[in-house]
Amino acid sequence: MRREPPQRLVDYAPIAFPAIMLTVFFVIPFATMIAVSFFQRQQGGFYIPAFQLANYERFLSLFFANVLGFSLMLAIVVAICCVLLALPFTYLLARMSRKAQVVWLVALLSVLSLSEVIIGFAWSTLFSRTAGITNLLVMMGVMSEAKALLPSFGAVLTGMVYQAFPYTVLVLYPAIVRLDPTLTEAARTLGASPLKAFFTVVVPALRNTITATLIMVFIFALGSYLLPQLLGRPQHWTLSVLITDQAVYQSNMPFAAAMAVFLVLVTLGLVALTAFVGRKGEAA
Amino acid sequence: MSGLALSNVTKEFGAFTAVNNIDITVPHGTFVCLLGPSGCGKTTLLRMIAGLDLPTSGAIKLDGDDITRVPTHKRNLGMVFQSLALFPHLTVGENIAYPLRIRGVAKEEQKKRVDELLAMIHLSGYADRPVSKLSGGQRQRVAIARALSISPKLFLLDEPLSALDAKLREAMQVELRQLQQKLGITTIVVTHDQREAMTMADTVVVMSKGEIRQAASPIEIYRRPADTFVADFIGSTNLLDAEAKGGAVTVLGQPVSGISLGSAAKATLSVRPEDVHLTAPGNGALSGTVTFVRDLGGTIETFVDVAGRQIVAVSTPRARPDVTVGQPVGITLLPDVCVVLAK
Ligand SMILES: Nc1ncnc2c1ncn2[C@@H]1O[C@H](COP(=O)(O)OP(=O)(O)O)[C@@H](O)[C@H]1O
Ligand SMILES: [Mg+2]
Repeated sequence: MRREPPQRLVDYAPIAFPAIMLTVFFVIPFATMIAVSFFQRQQGGFYIPAFQLANYERFLSLFFANVLGFSLMLAIVVAICCVLLALPFTYLLARMSRKAQVVWLVALLSVLSLSEVIIGFAWSTLFSRTAGITNLLVMMGVMSEAKALLPSFGAVLTGMVYQAFPYTVLVLYPAIVRLDPTLTEAARTLGASPLKAFFTVVVPALRNTITATLIMVFIFALGSYLLPQLLGRPQHWTLSVLITDQAVYQSNMPFAAAMAVFLVLVTLGLVALTAFVGRKGEAA
Repeated sequence: MSGLALSNVTKEFGAFTAVNNIDITVPHGTFVCLLGPSGCGKTTLLRMIAGLDLPTSGAIKLDGDDITRVPTHKRNLGMVFQSLALFPHLTVGENIAYPLRIRGVAKEEQKKRVDELLAMIHLSGYADRPVSKLSGGQRQRVAIARALSISPKLFLLDEPLSALDAKLREAMQVELRQLQQKLGITTIVVTHDQREAMTMADTVVVMSKGEIRQAASPIEIYRRPADTFVADFIGSTNLLDAEAKGGAVTVLGQPVSGISLGSAAKATLSVRPEDVHLTAPGNGALSGTVTFVRDLGGTIETFVDVAGRQIVAVSTPRARPDVTVGQPVGITLLPDVCVVLAK
């Protein structure tokens, strides 16, 4: 199909609706947030228009740097865990019968419908001493006595991986289904065991999809602010927790906005870096 | 015995039998074509030889060893898929080196072998190209080189040339056959194109509905088809109803002499179009009327209506029959070119 470049103003009409939606729901709120991040805070929860860098200066302390570092580390670990689990899972899923695939996908979608709060409380029960999974282990005789598995880093990680896993599968699924199954068969006839074929053919052929999925889960995990509070200790709190804390409980909008802007910038930087490295890897 | 031997190989998918009780022996170094219409079980049979599917029953032996249940990657095969299945993330050289890399062959040796194979397929200097930048014929060659890079015991190809245009396909058939003869490698090719099978094979195995109808040399299959299916599927032929009544044989209701149907009362005669000779009316065994003349330059096809059945005669321009549409003609049936087939 031949496409001509738009000539007149009317030719742009089809994109007017998305453009308006994007402006109203993204550009305006984000611009407001950037503006607020420079405002001056008033006692009692209000702020007045100003231009000061105090909010950003306060942020540049060791404490916040640590929190930022931890948040990024947590999101990266969650992204890697999710992809490591979801890749073989989705690969096997795509090879099941139609019926089995539908059942699994519906189950995954139902996990998606759970809110972060429910996931958090469910896992905090499962990890508790009184009603948790350790009781099962005691019954099976694996452990001598039930114990609480939370609050801990492992609990936070488990909850977040559980939450992001369905997204990961749904993003990987279309690419894996489209992957020509004769590629693995060819690898096997050429001397690769099924496992070797998976690592030398399936994973490299899906490299771009895997990069995109890592970025998506990373960003998704960065926004999580309930699970770290419900399942972790204060040192496991992420920047999102602090932003919520400042905005909702401390009523310090300008500082919360400054942190949010900073988080967005750091995230964009990391994503750009990943995309850049990915592009270079492809060219090589 | 060295070579490949299938005995009583059967494959069922649920209640459907895709391959039924097949016996084939492929002596070392020979070229066998599995030929048959689409859906007759050729791919399924090839996949069982490759180990990608397990037979429901039967045994597959290679050089005397039972390999029926040996996993694919331990069979030391080379296989070319219908879709070629070149690895999109690897270059031409890396694709060809893949079987060597998997087997842990040293880097320098890999490179040497890749250069050798690229020279063999006339693509020297293409090692660093991405496979997506190749033409159809070039990809085809790369897939062949990749399958041959470990010098496999068995070379399997599933409709390898079906994606190419007619000219290139004919050229590749000759090239593939010459390559196979040079390497002396046991080769099995699946195809539904009888010209392709005739061009390349030492032995053509004609299949239909999961069964073998005939396995023989191309010329034997062409000259002595075992049944009407084979006669019709290989090249074109005239299938004529024949009847024996009290010692006299009639073909299409007209009495003919010199042809015997054996003990059968009814049979079908297969006569190749190039064996049908036209003569003056009343001179031949059969008489009919010319309905159409297709002059293709290189060959001339004359369509003759005999008792409501159409018989095609093919001749060269030198032996051009002097006939026009609507003219009555006689047809000579020489006994030694008529193959009598059971009805
Ligand atoms: N995995 C399968 N499950 C069910 N039926 C199959 C499967 N593979 C092939 N068949 C059936 O077996 C028959 C033979 O298939 P195939 O070997 O691919 O034929 P060919 O290669 O001769 O065209 C076909 O009717 C096909 O529908
Ligand atoms: Mg096939």
